[in-house]
Amino acid sequence: MQDDPPVPDGVAVVVDARGSHCPGALMELIVALKHARRGDFLLVLADDPGSAREIPEWLAKVGQRHVSTRSEQGILHIMVEKTRG
Amino acid sequence: MRIMIVGAGIGGTILANRLARLLAPELQRGEVDVVVLSASRTHLYQPGLLHLALGQTTVEALHRDPRTLLDPRVALLIDEVLAFAPDSKQVRGTSGNAYSYDWLVIATGSRVTPEEVPGLAEHAHGFYTEAAALRLARALQNFDGGRVVVTTGVPHKCPMAPLEMTFLLHDLFVRRGIAPRVDLLYTYPIGRLHSIEAVAEWARVEFARRGIRSATYFNIASVDGATRTLHSEEGLSVDYDLLIAIPPHRGAEAIERSGLGPRGWVPTHRRLLTMQGRDDVFVLGDTTNLPVSKAGSTARFQAEVIAANLASRVRGGGDTHGYDGKVLCFIETSRDRATYAAFNYAEPPHPRAPSRAIHMAKTFYHRLYWSSLRGFP
Repeated sequence: MQDDPPVPDGVAVVVDARGSHCPGALMELIVALKHARRGDFLLVLADDPGSAREIPEWLAKVGQRHVSTRSEQGILHIMVEKTRG
Repeated sequence: MRIMIVGAGIGGTILANRLARLLAPELQRGEVDVVVLSASRTHLYQPGLLHLALGQTTVEALHRDPRTLLDPRVALLIDEVLAFAPDSKQVRGTSGNAYSYDWLVIATGSRVTPEEVPGLAEHAHGFYTEAAALRLARALQNFDGGRVVVTTGVPHKCPMAPLEMTFLLHDLFVRRGIAPRVDLLYTYPIGRLHSIEAVAEWARVEFARRGIRSATYFNIASVDGATRTLHSEEGLSVDYDLLIAIPPHRGAEAIERSGLGPRGWVPTHRRLLTMQGRDDVFVLGDTTNLPVSKAGSTARFQAEVIAANLASRVRGGGDTHGYDGKVLCFIETSRDRATYAAFNYAEPPHPRAPSRAIHMAKTFYHRLYWSSLRGFP
């Protein structure tokens, strides 16, 4: 497992939740979004399959934008934009 | 050479004692010092606060003088950190003193910040500080029925505590004969009852069996004390008669003040536990920004890794150990049953069914806590 993932261009925050069973990827994202600025893009890295469903579901409830989800070598890359708050 | 450990909680204490054993010859020859800098003259057994709030233990049982927990070869200084100055390899205290080091370990833990949520500090009970736990104990003593809401902010330490508190409250209300008059509601920030899916599924069944209600995807937005209403970021509102909150947490103020990490969490290498970009600074326990549980067992397992690598470095070697994300948490499900979850970066947890035997093991651990800090040869 790569220790320090690079931060892609245009991404303000990488939420590296690989290997996180507790608190888990969504909980890490909730914290990161709270402290991000409107217009920021956040990239979540997760290896639990449930995040692919759970993160977009929560984003819809709080009115934040789910940009995309892709899987790369077993790691989910979930892109999020903070659009309000 | 000086190893300075800032913080005398579970992680800092175990690390110092382990270093004293590993580096016994060097300490005896005066080649190395192990110094613990503590902001407090007392070591608080934090898992006991849950039981203090429920009237099951006393304040005195939760405290020890940190000096009595440390190996005599470890120096203890009492001073609160004002600022970390890694460029000059110094830590500055509020006393005005500056402390130099060769290697630094930051183990300053976390603190609750209810003030981040409007109304939370003023209107919610808690059990993550001694004062809050005592106040909740008094409120519970006088409570005779109504709606009790247990709600959780993020991030928070001791991730099993919200569920444990809920189960033990239900147990308390049943024993006092007021359960039929109590509506117990548990809220959680994500879409299930706990981060760990197996724990969440087990809790779902147990909640149904006990008549405990729940609301998921519930992140605390504000508390209105006048109407006794709790509002969520997701647009839900619930009324309460007694509100018990696990507030959001931050790391030590000195970390934020020194620019070492946003909100007091220090960016940390996930295996070596060194501060990102600083090979001479290690980070231990709650203080890391790692995506692992902020729990005593985490600090305990991390202390073993840091002790081994520091001992190797003192002797001119390289890092020999890596942290694998290991965490082990007990979960009290009633007064006489418990289970546990053990996991690491690679292996998810598979909790067993709660049993009396596991409850006994946890009770035994409570009693062994003080001895376990000193370590076993």
